[in-house]
Amino acid sequence: MQTPPKDQPGKKPGIIRVEGMHKWYGDFHVLKDLNLTVDQGERIVICGPSGSGKSTFIRCINRLEEHQQGKIIVDGIELTDDVRHIDTVRREVGMVFQHFNLFPHLTVLENCCLSPIWVRKTPRKEAEASAMEYLERVKIPDQANKFPGQLSGGQQQRVAIARALCMKPKIMLFDEPTSALDPEMIKEVLDVMIELAGSGMTMLCVTHEMGFAKTVADRVIFMDGGEIVEQAPPHEFFTNPQEARTQKFLQQILAH
Amino acid sequence: MKKQTIDTRPAGPKPWYDPRVRSLFFQAIAIALVFWGGWILVDNTLSNMESRGISTGFGFLGETAGFGIIMNLVPYDATMSYGRTFWVGLTNTLLVSAMGVVAATILGFIIGVARLSSNWLVAKMALVYIEVIRNIPLLLQIFFWYFAVLSNLPSPRQSVDVGGALFLNNRGLYLPDPVTQEGFGIVWGGILLAIAAVVGIRIWAKKRQLATGQIFPTFKVGVAILVLVPIISYLVAGRPLEWDLPALRGFNFGGGITIIPELAALWIALSLYTASFIAEIVRSGILSVSKGQTEASKALGLPNGLTLRLVVIPQAMRVIIPPLTSQYLNLVKNSSLATAIGYPDLVAVFMGTTLNQTGQAVEVVAITMAVYLTISLLISLFMNIYNRAVAIKER
Repeated sequence: MQTPPKDQPGKKPGIIRVEGMHKWYGDFHVLKDLNLTVDQGERIVICGPSGSGKSTFIRCINRLEEHQQGKIIVDGIELTDDVRHIDTVRREVGMVFQHFNLFPHLTVLENCCLSPIWVRKTPRKEAEASAMEYLERVKIPDQANKFPGQLSGGQQQRVAIARALCMKPKIMLFDEPTSALDPEMIKEVLDVMIELAGSGMTMLCVTHEMGFAKTVADRVIFMDGGEIVEQAPPHEFFTNPQEARTQKFLQQILAH
Repeated sequence: MKKQTIDTRPAGPKPWYDPRVRSLFFQAIAIALVFWGGWILVDNTLSNMESRGISTGFGFLGETAGFGIIMNLVPYDATMSYGRTFWVGLTNTLLVSAMGVVAATILGFIIGVARLSSNWLVAKMALVYIEVIRNIPLLLQIFFWYFAVLSNLPSPRQSVDVGGALFLNNRGLYLPDPVTQEGFGIVWGGILLAIAAVVGIRIWAKKRQLATGQIFPTFKVGVAILVLVPIISYLVAGRPLEWDLPALRGFNFGGGITIIPELAALWIALSLYTASFIAEIVRSGILSVSKGQTEASKALGLPNGLTLRLVVIPQAMRVIIPPLTSQYLNLVKNSSLATAIGYPDLVAVFMGTTLNQTGQAVEVVAITMAVYLTISLLISLFMNIYNRAVAIKER
């Protein structure tokens, strides 16, 4: 493990390191030679046309998908077939899904406490108190004893964020968190994510919300055809894209 | 001053266009038809029986039966009454049904999970099992086990002998019968103590998990206690148990416990057949839980075993329980195929021999049908209670 450089005290560089990573689905080459280093506290937005492999890429970071070549090192642990390493990494990496994936048979509070109780072995009372704090942070403490089916999409996604935060992860992955939401609910979820970004969480977001990217991202990554085509700070990325593919993509999504 | 309410609703339709009036009319017709049909049946039966001089009533239940039954769980011999044959038949039916439900459930869950295994060979073997067993008529399978397998076992004199205590031949499986001696009360005490201790540990472990988060290996410790404490109390009490060993007497075995081949064949066939259906139910239940649920659970760091136990199975159960109930009901009703190989179940004994000897068809059939109905409704009731307990509250 590298020692942190002196000019950035407390910020671990390279909390995620991806080196020469490839992935295939059968014969189909989904991800091609990806290289990426993310420092602690960095906020990264990944965008690109559908089918460009961006979701697959962040799903590789907590090994919901396997990569076949290259290295992925998260918080100093390399992801291999070793189940113990995978479980350790997953404990430190929270994930929010497009379709929320809350557990419908458990209440909101139980959803949040499940993993702290069974994986972190937190006493139930402590776990519940901490879960209530996070539910307050995402502004739905009053829904704690309801079941996910009784909540709106925006509320469910905020519960999902709280559930991931309850494990006190070092890194948060967002896989198109607002794509399945009605327009009026997108804002309430983005507000929570912006608040989270302000707290210094390391974040990787796959999203089409360019406004969010402009507000909080340190870096925007553009993927197409399974490759990282371009990466730049948001101001540069939106005003002065270098690659033709990026320019075309931006024209299409910013046209309206 | 009285307030005048004005009915602002539009005038109702003509009665024959009003859906409520229509439905009342058709229901009245349906009820009339049912009663008319029922009355014809009863009247016809009574007048026919009268013209043939058949006496009605349940008095025959007290008469001496005069026939032997090859297997009885409640004491029985030929001098006892027809009423007694009913109990013998009922207990035999309940025995094979209970054994079948337990075996079919265990086997069905194992095969259902195996069907989803990522191991190619295991998954394909489960598939072949399911497709072969569920597509062959049950009666054929009962015949197969009875005539093709169990009847071809060696004769009593050439029995398969396991350690001089266990014998297998074409007349059945002979097991040693435990006979309790004086002082066995200590062992019963030990068993009760072990059960109480396990319950206590469970409660304590749950409390401790709530308080400190520590997870206690309740299952392993519980099994150890349940095994060790009775063994120790058995040794302390000076081994107060003797075994009545089966032994060859003349042409057959005497002593010990006998599992007759009719019971074995019926039990094996019912269990294997029902297990193939249960396996498919279990598979569909597990598949009904979306992949996103497993992914979310894994992303939270829960290992595979906990994911299955805390996330997948609770959600699969609500899909599994209702069709599982109907498989249990099928198994109980299918057990009446016992008649075909002469296992003395309720249908074979009571609706067979007793009916033939007494000629009280209406009474015997009515009793038998009422019994199956009762058993089935009881199973449904318990399964519904269980289902309500595991159901997902969504709204």
